[in-house]
Amino acid sequence: MIRAAVAVASAVLVLFIAVPLVALYAHVAPSRLGATLASAPALAALRISLVTTAASLALTLALGTPLAYALARSRFPGRGFVDALVDLPIVVPPAVAGLALLFAFGTLGAFGPALEALHVRIAFTTFAVVLAQLFVGAPFYVRAARAGFAAVDPVYEDASATLGMGPLRTFARVTVPLALPALAGGAVLAWARALGEFGATIMFAGNLQGVTQTLPLAVYLGLESGDLDLAAALAAVLVTIALAVVVAARILERRAA
Amino acid sequence: MIEIAARKVLREFVLEVDVRFGTGVTVLAGPSGSGKSTLLRIVAGLVRPDAGRVVLDGRVLDGTGASLAAFRRDVAYVFQEYALFPHLTVRENVAFGLAARGVPRVRRDVAALGWLERLGIAALRDARPATLSGGERQRVALARALAWAPRAVLLDEPFAALDEATRARVRAELRATLTALGVPVVLVTHDESDVEAFAAPVVRLERGRVVTERENGASPEV
Repeated sequence: MIRAAVAVASAVLVLFIAVPLVALYAHVAPSRLGATLASAPALAALRISLVTTAASLALTLALGTPLAYALARSRFPGRGFVDALVDLPIVVPPAVAGLALLFAFGTLGAFGPALEALHVRIAFTTFAVVLAQLFVGAPFYVRAARAGFAAVDPVYEDASATLGMGPLRTFARVTVPLALPALAGGAVLAWARALGEFGATIMFAGNLQGVTQTLPLAVYLGLESGDLDLAAALAAVLVTIALAVVVAARILERRAA
Repeated sequence: MIEIAARKVLREFVLEVDVRFGTGVTVLAGPSGSGKSTLLRIVAGLVRPDAGRVVLDGRVLDGTGASLAAFRRDVAYVFQEYALFPHLTVRENVAFGLAARGVPRVRRDVAALGWLERLGIAALRDARPATLSGGERQRVALARALAWAPRAVLLDEPFAALDEATRARVRAELRATLTALGVPVVLVTHDESDVEAFAAPVVRLERGRVVTERENGASPEV
């Protein structure tokens, strides 16, 4: 009886997740897929997505790695607060994140006048897309990297120091290689989150083809404008990438454990 | 010669020592939790003393307001669980100290292999530490510590992770290798059989204080 209930509940949820994804693929006509993906809006969205997610990933690694290491190894005042703050964007609604970014860096935002004086515009530029992705994606990397660094026994860093390696070289040659599966797993998740970013991007960067229109935004516009072929084709691309990411994250998690 | 006059407040007691370790092996003995490892870590630069001086061959490692970073001390440390880098091969582990000193790859590989041959484990050069036995790990750790000609060698309970049979054999080998170095060597142990076997000068620590210093391992009662 209980076993049957478990089976039914499980089947319902698994089907609920699987069926829409299958339906999405089913909507993509293989004969027209090539032409659709080669169209100007699709290519522009692919290019914007690749460029911005590469940039936001680079920023995530450059800024997130030192922070994750500090959170894992150092005791500093406000550490608990910083730790919680970094996790916040994971649960804040993306549209709220976009609004917050506008209030900070928009023309009427906190830094608006200062940026205006420097003739720098951020909101509704490609850079705004990168910032939105950094905001929502970086926490996934920092979380994973912090755990990865914390799992590296400090005795290896001590051993490296007594053998004559300075702190930076010890970090590069000992700490990072030992934490690598966790770092890579976090980077994959952060990149995937950035690739799927929609809410914060549309609020803070807008939906301008060739400037701020990423794949998810192009899917949305395709639906709005009635170009279902385009929407479905790009959506299928995103789902396929997501599938690869889930598999990659699984493999890396297993190696980290 | 390592000269230590240092003080460090620990959780259970205050470590306060004024002691010298000359060239050759000195056994630093005492019960578990008497401050032996902390004293070793102070000399290596892994723990900063609250006050005092640590001098190695006239070079001040810890002094008034200054403390030389561990990686600049040229003091080798063999950790209790060996701490071999799991992501590197045996050869890369042994060559690590030479890599830190900018020795080119070919030369450090030759030097590492020389040490592995000397310790009878050359066949393991491409193995990863995870695949080695306790005795093999101990030798790799020793080779890694000695391959770059350190100015002093510190060994923290080097036999603790070994079984009885391996222990007796390794003890004899280690004594010969360490005596031949011609630098101060401090070997920490809580095991009285190590103290007897080494027949070396003994410094005994209890609750952070030096209680006896003896010229060799023979018990004073005998």
